Amino acid sequence: MAESTEPPFGLLAELTHRCPLHCAYCSNPLELVRRNEELSTDTWRRVFDEARELGVLQVHLSGGEPLARPDLPRLVEHASGLGMYVNLVTSGLALTEEVATDLVARGLDHVQLSVQDADRANADLLAGTRAHDRKLVAAEVVRRSGLPLTVNVVLHKANLDHVGGIIELAEQLGADRLELANTQYYGWALRNRAALLPTRAQLASAAPIVRAAQQRLADRMEIVYVVADYHEAHPKPCMHGWGSRQLTVAPDGAVLPCPAASVIDGLPIENVQHRPLAEIWYDSASFNAYRDTDWMREPCRSCARRELDFGGCRCQAFQLTGDAAATDPVCSLSPDHGLVRTILARDADQPDRPALVPRSVAR
Amino acid sequence: MTARDAVPRLRAGVRRAYDRTRDSDVVLFPEGVLVLNETAAAVLARCDGSSTIAEITEGLAEEFDGVRPEDVAELVADLARRRVVRVDG
Ligand SMILES: C[S@@+](CC[C@H](N)C(=O)[O-])C[C@H]1O[C@@H](n2cnc3c(N)ncnc32)[C@H](O)[C@@H]1O
Ligand code: SF4
Ligand code: SF4
Repeated sequence: MAESTEPPFGLLAELTHRCPLHCAYCSNPLELVRRNEELSTDTWRRVFDEARELGVLQVHLSGGEPLARPDLPRLVEHASGLGMYVNLVTSGLALTEEVATDLVARGLDHVQLSVQDADRANADLLAGTRAHDRKLVAAEVVRRSGLPLTVNVVLHKANLDHVGGIIELAEQLGADRLELANTQYYGWALRNRAALLPTRAQLASAAPIVRAAQQRLADRMEIVYVVADYHEAHPKPCMHGWGSRQLTVAPDGAVLPCPAASVIDGLPIENVQHRPLAEIWYDSASFNAYRDTDWMREPCRSCARRELDFGGCRCQAFQLTGDAAATDPVCSLSPDHGLVRTILARDADQPDRPALVPRSVAR
Repeated sequence: MTARDAVPRLRAGVRRAYDRTRDSDVVLFPEGVLVLNETAAAVLARCDGSSTIAEITEGLAEEFDGVRPEDVAELVADLARRRVVRVDG
């Protein structure tokens, strides 16, 4: 264990991979955990106990669709009883008034609701099912429950031009925060990358609209804009550094330093069913593999930005170069940056694009 | 800069707590966690939606030496930037 390792603040608890939607931009892995492999209620309770003991103060109940777990209310109650801030990350389809009232009574603190677009037809197309109207109802339910609401919209070629309308919709829904998150290319999104990549022109038109709305709404609705990292000169500070602030527990109990980390071949992933969470956080090979900066090579090793972006994303480095210890190729200083330029030239800047493939129900 | 007669309050969805793992007061909110030092914790505990910066400073003077309203105002402005408190008036 490195001397400097601090306890984590956040736990992303992926309760299930089951989901009624088929988002073409979904970042979850292609290979989903089956229902019969999911952790039991008691095991999740133990995971929360261990997480709190370890220092976790915030738990994000996500998936898949967390509302697909019938024990969700009990899990909310347990996490809240431990003093953790409980955030529900949901597509909202099953969030009725009754469900919301119960979750609030059990200590839920915040809801993050995903929406696909401002335009109903396009939103339903992106979700692969008729979801939009039900999400509007879910937002109203959250608002009436008194909980703070974050609306999350994943941006890509097919909705970036509607960003003004999306902001208006979030205002109408009474959101306290709006996350406009350009697609991260993992899982199904990576598979659909050629269709999802926005053009430079789209990004350039969206930026001033977002900036103006951020100013106009400053005190009413916070707008967080997550940039399109393929188009940036430097990579995103993925996870604020590997094994630094947050951990993910997948539906089957796999403990991941980054939600996408299961893509990295050879990473010895631990499971909460076989080893205590604290040991995994502090002592496991997987969590120590890319912690801090010792693992870095050039150009990161001697770069002034190494404590700002931590060399970018290990999963992205692996996906694009086959080497998880490489500099994230999104970085213009990376020797592999040509890969990203080629992808942008080949896909983003071409008029003819493949169609989006909806996330399939496989498994 | 926040004025002396401004009234700060915790934003909706923001909670104060004590964390025994870190032996610190913390504030929990949708986008994250902030570990508070003693002064910040004392100020935040007094952001009750009815006390002004001047009144918060007076309250703090009973516990701490040499608290100035401008320091409290600066701390509150910082917490407002991080969306922990909102400031009325
Ligand atoms: C994987 S989803 C699981 C929760 C729930 N099914 C939902 O979609 O709201 C968690 C969050 O990640 C967002 N998300 C999904 N795919 C993404 C991607 N490729 N890039 C960035 N965010 C993504 C979703 O919008 C959602 O807010
Ligand atoms: S992003 Fe869409 S498909 Fe993926 S888990 Fe969430 S709702 Fe389901
Ligand atoms: S070289 Fe590494 S540390 Fe420097 S900006 Fe690029 S990714 Fe970040």
